[in-house]
Amino acid sequence: MRKKKFTWKKLFTNLTAWISGLVWIIPFMGILMASIRPQRELLHGWWNFSEVTISFDNFANAWYHPTAPIGEGLKNSLIVTIPATILPIIIGTLAAYGLLRLRFFGRGAILVGIVLLLSIPQQMVAVPLFQILLDLKILNTYQGLIITHTAWGIIWITIFMRNYLATLPIEAEEAASLDGASRFQIFTQIVLPLSLPGLASVAALQFTWVWNDFFMALITIYDPSMLVATQRIPLLKGQYSVDWGVLSAASLLVTAIPLMIFVFLQKYYVKGLIGWTSK
Amino acid sequence: MKNRFQRWIEVLVFILPALILLTIFVIIPAVRTLSLSFLDAEGNFVGLENFAEVLLSNDIVNLSRFPTKSPPWGALLHNVIWIMIHLPTVVILGMVLAVILRDAWGGPVIKAIIFLGMITPMVVGGGIVVFIFDEHSGIVNALLRFVGLEEWVRTWTVYPDTSLLALIIGSIILWTGFSVILYSSGLSTIPQEWYEAAEVDGANSLQKFLHITVPSLKPVTITVVAMTLLWELKVFDLVYAATGGGPGGSSNVLALIMYSLAFRALDPNKSAVIATLMTVLTLAIGLWLARSTNRIQE
Repeated sequence: MRKKKFTWKKLFTNLTAWISGLVWIIPFMGILMASIRPQRELLHGWWNFSEVTISFDNFANAWYHPTAPIGEGLKNSLIVTIPATILPIIIGTLAAYGLLRLRFFGRGAILVGIVLLLSIPQQMVAVPLFQILLDLKILNTYQGLIITHTAWGIIWITIFMRNYLATLPIEAEEAASLDGASRFQIFTQIVLPLSLPGLASVAALQFTWVWNDFFMALITIYDPSMLVATQRIPLLKGQYSVDWGVLSAASLLVTAIPLMIFVFLQKYYVKGLIGWTSK
Repeated sequence: MKNRFQRWIEVLVFILPALILLTIFVIIPAVRTLSLSFLDAEGNFVGLENFAEVLLSNDIVNLSRFPTKSPPWGALLHNVIWIMIHLPTVVILGMVLAVILRDAWGGPVIKAIIFLGMITPMVVGGGIVVFIFDEHSGIVNALLRFVGLEEWVRTWTVYPDTSLLALIIGSIILWTGFSVILYSSGLSTIPQEWYEAAEVDGANSLQKFLHITVPSLKPVTITVVAMTLLWELKVFDLVYAATGGGPGGSSNVLALIMYSLAFRALDPNKSAVIATLMTVLTLAIGLWLARSTNRIQE
């Protein structure tokens, strides 16, 4: 019964833990309060509960905002994020398998090259990328942003999936090969079903990163009606005084999607993050 | 047996789509940026002239103001200060919280709360920073009033001497979830017997933490340090959304300078210098990480 015994150490541990939880939830609490209570109640602090009026007007106002409607932004973000998650997973996983199982001249060099690309910041490509998208006539189009995210996603997904596939048993593949299955059949019928957990991790992270992206959208999309959700948040801040209600409501709406991904795919999300960073 | 031709078809099917996209949308632009940094606006080769001009400008390092006067001290110094405050805090907080939350009641819930900052888009994070440091609606100022530090009460993000600090503190709140999650998973790999053996030898909690937990987590620490450094060097969305680098450049960072030189001042050559500088720094960190993890695996 050692576990039930009171100790000062246990008290300290739990107290510190709960105070930390409180400290970290307060900023998000503030945003939640600001979104459902009128501005005048915020001026004396949202933690002041002497007068509480709850209304969801801010969400409607953010959704149909005259200059930067967030509803339209969420729709645009989905249009970009869904293909920009699926495409790099397909292309990256193909490349990962090829780099792992096929033997060909230049394989090592390609692998090292992709690993090096991992460290390159997006700022390094921004200006010429703008020009290339312009030349290809896909600047300020969703295709342009989707293909940009796809290329960036391929880098990390190829490395991640290569490491993941390397942990799978090779025997089933060899047996299928003896039965006369082609590489592509082996890939789609044996390798892909086995790598579903890895693909779920990749999907959760790539979706979240594309959805949360701001920099790439900022340089590729500038038509006001085409802006994705994250681009509209700074526009809602206003020039002189901040309308906290609308900004907070919009912030919550934009965060809701990656939050749901995290809640429903938490296991894969965390595994992906850990596998990704510690290889 | 398959012939050579079939083998190459296989390679092309699997590898080529990725290689084409990487070449057009990553490698060619990156090489062009590198070459832009050595050219002038007319496309003539000017050697390191752009580098000298940009790196010696007050926007990057402002030694006439640092350290005696208030910011702006220049974007490079702001990034360095960011790293000096943010990095050790995030590493230590992450490690300590991971240990505490492992043993605390409701630990997983608190972990999820701390991880909220990593799920939130950083532009939203920028709004959160402005909000918690707002003079009237912000909880930080309420606390400062409560403890009697009236001279610090203000909207932190609109004053040159506090805007950078507000962003750094905000980014600690947003990023700590990353290190907590990584350290938590690292903790689960430490064998329980080590702690039990130490207890038999009469070690107290602090000794166990310093002599077992910290050394065992070294591989995780390397990863956390490298990933956090990369993030700190590239930080953009948060600053753009919260302060736009202001007021008066007092919270400007490298990525923001790169963006405004390229897309506001329309000077792609100077912007390329900043991008190249950032890439040199991030590549160095990437190589260090690769080398350190290889050494541990060997």
